[in-house]
Amino acid sequence: MATEYILEINNLKTQFVVRRRRVVRAVDGVTFKVRRGKILGLVGESGCGKSVTAHSIMRLLPKTAVIPEGSIMFHPEGGESVDMVQLKPTGRKIRSIRGNEISMIFQDPMASLNPVYNIGDQIVEVLLEHSKITKKQALERAVRMLELLSIPKASERIKDYPHQFSGGMKQRVMIAMGLICRPQLLIADEPTTALDVTIQAQIIELIKEMQSEFGFSTIIITHNMGIVADMADDVAVMYMGKIVEFGTKEDVFLNPLHPYTQALLKSVPILGNAGEDKLIPIRGVTPDPSAMPPGCAFEPRCDFATEACKTCVPGRVGVTDSHIVRCVHCIGENLDD
Amino acid sequence: MSENEKKIVKSSLAKENFYKLLHNRLAVLGFILMFVILLACIMAPLLTPYSPTDLNLRHMGKPPGGEHPFGTDKLGRDVFARVLYGGRISIAIGLSGALGGMILGVIIGSFCGYYGGWLDAIFVKIAELVSVFPQLLLVMVMRVILGEGIKNLIIIFVFTGWIATFRLVRGRFFSLREESFVEACRAFGIRSSSIVFRHILPNCLGPVIVQLTLNTAGFILQEAALSFIGMGVPSGIPTWGNIINAAKELLNITNYPWLWVPPGLAIAFFVLGVNFFGDGLRDVLDPKQQ
Amino acid sequence: MTESNVLLELNNIKKYFPITAGMFRREVGAVRAVDDISLRVYRGETLGLVGESGCGKTTLGKCVVRLLEPNSGSMQYNFEGEMRDLLSLNAQESFAARRKIQMVFQDPYSSLNPMKTIYQSFDEPIRIHSNRSKEERRELIARLLEAVNLHPEYMYRYPHEFSGGQRQRICIARALCVDPELVVCDEPVSALDVSIQAQVLNQMKDLQEKLSLTYIFIAHDLSVVEYMSDRIAVMYLGQVLELAPARSLYDRHIHPYTQALLSAVPVPDIRAKRERIILEGDVPSPADPPQGCRFHTRCRYCHARCIEEMPKLEPLVADSEHFVACHLAEERFAAGGTEA
Repeated sequence: MATEYILEINNLKTQFVVRRRRVVRAVDGVTFKVRRGKILGLVGESGCGKSVTAHSIMRLLPKTAVIPEGSIMFHPEGGESVDMVQLKPTGRKIRSIRGNEISMIFQDPMASLNPVYNIGDQIVEVLLEHSKITKKQALERAVRMLELLSIPKASERIKDYPHQFSGGMKQRVMIAMGLICRPQLLIADEPTTALDVTIQAQIIELIKEMQSEFGFSTIIITHNMGIVADMADDVAVMYMGKIVEFGTKEDVFLNPLHPYTQALLKSVPILGNAGEDKLIPIRGVTPDPSAMPPGCAFEPRCDFATEACKTCVPGRVGVTDSHIVRCVHCIGENLDD
Repeated sequence: MSENEKKIVKSSLAKENFYKLLHNRLAVLGFILMFVILLACIMAPLLTPYSPTDLNLRHMGKPPGGEHPFGTDKLGRDVFARVLYGGRISIAIGLSGALGGMILGVIIGSFCGYYGGWLDAIFVKIAELVSVFPQLLLVMVMRVILGEGIKNLIIIFVFTGWIATFRLVRGRFFSLREESFVEACRAFGIRSSSIVFRHILPNCLGPVIVQLTLNTAGFILQEAALSFIGMGVPSGIPTWGNIINAAKELLNITNYPWLWVPPGLAIAFFVLGVNFFGDGLRDVLDPKQQ
Repeated sequence: MTESNVLLELNNIKKYFPITAGMFRREVGAVRAVDDISLRVYRGETLGLVGESGCGKTTLGKCVVRLLEPNSGSMQYNFEGEMRDLLSLNAQESFAARRKIQMVFQDPYSSLNPMKTIYQSFDEPIRIHSNRSKEERRELIARLLEAVNLHPEYMYRYPHEFSGGQRQRICIARALCVDPELVVCDEPVSALDVSIQAQVLNQMKDLQEKLSLTYIFIAHDLSVVEYMSDRIAVMYLGQVLELAPARSLYDRHIHPYTQALLSAVPVPDIRAKRERIILEGDVPSPADPPQGCRFHTRCRYCHARCIEEMPKLEPLVADSEHFVACHLAEERFAAGGTEA
């Protein structure tokens, strides 16, 4: 059953139980959909819950985390839809999805590769786990994948160890591991944050190329609005465990409606403006996740805050079909019932 | 802001750590054990009318009870008094050995860790050399060279005890000297000695103090062991080790248990207390937890 | 930009870090972190140093603050009109000169001593560089904290009680406590969250205006450097490849590396249609930099001369403020410079 969406997350909540039984609501009612074959950019500052959302999808959460509510419906092409929340985090079903149908690449390529195995073994391991082919065939596929990712002399380098690769090359190896099983959904968690700008540009182009080659869907998680503007088709802006604005790239960048999105766009310097417009900082700091304001989480820092913002948590408002904002000041269809 | 208020805010770090320590039950228990024994030793004259060295030939080898709570030994000396007065010396030896080792280790470790280079290479080699010898053997050899006496025993302990602290401090300095706050100090032109002792050193005192407690406990045990085999403190001076030494014949172990059980328990409880307290301190002062 | 306005002049600064091997720490090579850099810093300006990791920008900054001793070269500093080499001062003069050049570090979490209150961290530098009384010192610290929008009472708190942005503001205030003329800012906002960066950047701009400071602003993020700087030096493998006023660097960048760097920066504006130039391969190792032009291994305009001869950083004929180290500089300028 092929729907328009490959992943539908509905009211997902992920909580951490910390010391003295306090609960930190890292992800607090997140709802969004990933369109098949498109790139979704999930942006937010550190601690907003974007990585936890990704790890919740993969069910790669630490033991202290619980998902008390919500569903993550995964609709693979030519397969049965599954609710990832209902799966056992160590069960066989989730392992057959992880790395095979949904794969993930991480921020730090240096820490994500095992230094004692050569990269060929590490790529092949994923493949052998999920398909019944010989090691030789698997190695051939790994070499082809590395060639596709423009790693020079791939057939020789496959025997090299991670420390023999530069940061950018390691991230290519990580992408190769992520794509070797031809996943339908790729989750990239800050894939370029640890890299230099010119290398970052290489990796961004590479992911875009691979996506048009294989046609998988992508969730790209980043704090950099520039990368989202560059890559994404849809954008989700996250703040303190909630998606405050969701829409197509055009919706969010040309017509940002949530004060946080607006402020975020005004607070980063844009190349070519040479200090002409003074940056407008967002005042204050992000609230302590264990002592959240009772109303809108952004209220203490918001320039448009009113009394209503202090008391009630804003629901999701559909301004247009594609554009959803969590702000009481936005007018549209109320999507929370 | 008044002077008074300032003090309250200033002491917050120490205060925080103090409360954390209070919440650590094992550490509190350790501290109480340690403190009670230490206090009893210090207040020995108030707790017993007897002297640890006076012979009383009419009360030789008496079992515990009555006037002598721990009994008397075969020369009629009161065991309770001997344990208390002996504790003074044993603890003093352990503590001063550990303190001396700490000071030496901190000074050498600070300079080696901050400056590195040849100085460091030399001391690392010395430390390796000292630590490849079995500790007890080394102590015995030095004991033979230096001769008998409390002072010599302390010197031996200092000489063998500085290495652990040295390694600790040197390692911490190696990582701390790369921190930006040290570079900031250098950019201000603050003198190296001030950077070493006033800026970096306070950041490694936590583990150093923990090491101090562990060394103290270790040296008390070593003193007992050395005295027991007759290579420690001269037998005329009561120490926990010497008291047990008096009971080392097989017959005494079974027939006169009050000769060795009280000092043995004193050593065990005191060392246990120090170790518990040290472990608690380690948990509290661990920089990773802050 | 007259001669008398020069605050600091770097001449042929080189800083090599030895690579040692074996038991006897034999020198087997050197990382050429800074390789023959000459720059001028004018009073009151912000000079941006931009480049990728390993280009030597931080090393150069640390040489200026004299946390590192350059292997060769001279650093002429303007002491009330008299240019003197910072590297040949005697101990006393050298100490006094430290007051004039201060640094703000990248990591606000390791820049403050965790065992000392803010007051204690500030007090010692002020005491050794001035003869203020205890009361005057406390007043000064209070004023400095207020200048970075922090409550003066915070001076009795410990660093762990502050957020990253607050800490970085405290670090800026601390650098200013000895009343410096030149502040080297090494990636001061890269460890901070996006929403906090603007606070710190604006704060730095305000302070510069108020105290007529000169900044050397080091960062890898071109947009941030462009926002802060009057002039920008683009560094690559220990050398400056292009140096120009911020505006003209963006409008008429000549060097192929600058061009690639500018085009690689993701811009949060979906209307901007830009051609992205993807550089091939990685930055070569600074321990074994390529012969000739440092950039030739990745340059798509590379020709025979670039491989053999190292281009010098020279001003354009048409624009004496725009320096480029490229054999093709004049041709590329004539062709319109920017293609991106």
